[in-house]
Amino acid sequence: MKKSENWVEDCNRLARTVRVHCLRMTHRGKSGHVGSMLSMAEILSVLYTRVLRVDPKRPKWAGRDRFVLSKGHGGCAVYAVLGELGFFPKRWFNGYYRDNGKLMGHISHHVPGVEFSTGSLGHGLPVAVGMALAARHAGKTHRVICLMSDGDCDEGSTWEAILFAAQHKLDNLTVIVDYNKVQALGYSKDVLDLEPFARKLEDCHWAVKEVDGHDVVALDEALSKLPFEQGKPSWLICHTVKGKGVSWMENTVSCHYGSVTDEELARALRELEVTQ
Amino acid sequence: MRTLFNKVLVDIAKKDKRIWMILADIGYGEIEPFRDAFPDRWFNCGVAEQNMTGVACGVAMEGNIAITYSIANFPTLRCLEQIRNDVCYHNANVKIVIIGGGLAYGPLGVSHQATEDIAIMRALPNMVVFCPCDFAEADAGVHAMIAHRGPFYYRCGYKKEPPVHKGKIAFQLGKAIQVRDGTDATIFFTGTIGNQVLPAAEALEKRGIHCRVVSLHTVKPIDRKAIVKAARETGAIITVEEHQLQGGLGSAVSEVLCDEGVMPKKFLRIGLPDVYVSKVGTHEWLLNEYGLSTPKIAASIRKLLQ
Repeated sequence: MKKSENWVEDCNRLARTVRVHCLRMTHRGKSGHVGSMLSMAEILSVLYTRVLRVDPKRPKWAGRDRFVLSKGHGGCAVYAVLGELGFFPKRWFNGYYRDNGKLMGHISHHVPGVEFSTGSLGHGLPVAVGMALAARHAGKTHRVICLMSDGDCDEGSTWEAILFAAQHKLDNLTVIVDYNKVQALGYSKDVLDLEPFARKLEDCHWAVKEVDGHDVVALDEALSKLPFEQGKPSWLICHTVKGKGVSWMENTVSCHYGSVTDEELARALRELEVTQ
Repeated sequence: MRTLFNKVLVDIAKKDKRIWMILADIGYGEIEPFRDAFPDRWFNCGVAEQNMTGVACGVAMEGNIAITYSIANFPTLRCLEQIRNDVCYHNANVKIVIIGGGLAYGPLGVSHQATEDIAIMRALPNMVVFCPCDFAEADAGVHAMIAHRGPFYYRCGYKKEPPVHKGKIAFQLGKAIQVRDGTDATIFFTGTIGNQVLPAAEALEKRGIHCRVVSLHTVKPIDRKAIVKAARETGAIITVEEHQLQGGLGSAVSEVLCDEGVMPKKFLRIGLPDVYVSKVGTHEWLLNEYGLSTPKIAASIRKLLQ
């Protein structure tokens, strides 16, 4: 996929486009979770342009990499990427979260290109583990990548899967955490502190790396060499900012649920240097 | 029945390489043949039922048939949201097998008594709910479970249950099996409680009450025709289940009768009351205490038909 020499620019442009789509869709649908979408824009743009082997013309292609979004509340951002890549017509964006629309608030496998539906946290990783187990058993070389949130890591089921994946040395499995450090009711450190996050996972026998989750070069560098270590599942902690790209949303708890007003949309688009 | 289940499953899995067993540290003394025959398709998730169900779903999403297996409520209630959101919503080919429904593990206490499972499982879209009464139904049911594409709940017996059916059965998923004929009433049952029901019907026969006895091994999808036919032909309908009365077999049968506008002259649901079991005792003893032994069932039916 490394076609363009200006891939960094292209990647950043796609991330910005994702942010714009998310703001417009959530504004139109009067829905929340926009902060959780904005924090993972670069992660998604790098994944879909540099890492994942997927084909918009053949969404069910057997050799595709499996991408499971466990933080299903951020599904709108995945829809934005999939629409941009041509998995479905971009006019579907108009129906996000609206009557008779095709895009429901939490990510749905009924949308072409979406591997699995989630929405209740702690579901993605166990399923991704099962997919990785089956792939290895069948001798398949596709990878399984699961994108999770801070809140996902509160769930007991996630830790059950962490133990299991390491026990079975699933090195075809990669977890990416959009570690924006804010959850529904507060800052993660005040709710359930995950720190020392990397050490916890290392102690659970995962290979761990940490990057700036808004630095597409750093993301690309980390994800270009999978697994991080043979015989271990890979865990990439992406340090991100909730609400990234919209100044008054950044690192706030309120942008988890709040929807975007007309005035806020106009201001946000100006900040993102969108003229129309 | 659990030994038979495991034997039949291993036999099928020899030919069908899609079959996996995903466990949560339960099944000692029963699951070893599968583990030894297919170690690469057998995984023990440890005491972690949510992960067991999620992993099974992921395995099934890749074209396999994943069986989760544990006792009583462990593979259903602890991981109910995984069953709903992951398995049923995606119509994944996951089979949930419990050993010992109802009061089977009686003296172990309430945690080990699966008394709401049928109601909860049958509320889930895409889920088949199956409760075999004896080895004949259990054997046929394993084959049907594997042949069926999609989520499947299999409520397996835990001991050497005596036969309810005499000889071979004409088995079809979703089709009731008549065990004996009668003209005064029809007793519908599901699962191993059939062992108490059939002798009750035979005892009533000696008192001149002729009961049809029908096994509704598949509670969902239920055999609507058999229910309507029985109500029209025998007038009285009784349901017997080793399960609480809310939402189980009796509820399912009464839903069909109301939907179809067929009102039996007499109707009785026999099952567990709306309480948790507070008494200590063996399976057989508890069945009697809660009105589900042969004499108690016979007495309830006689009273209804007086």
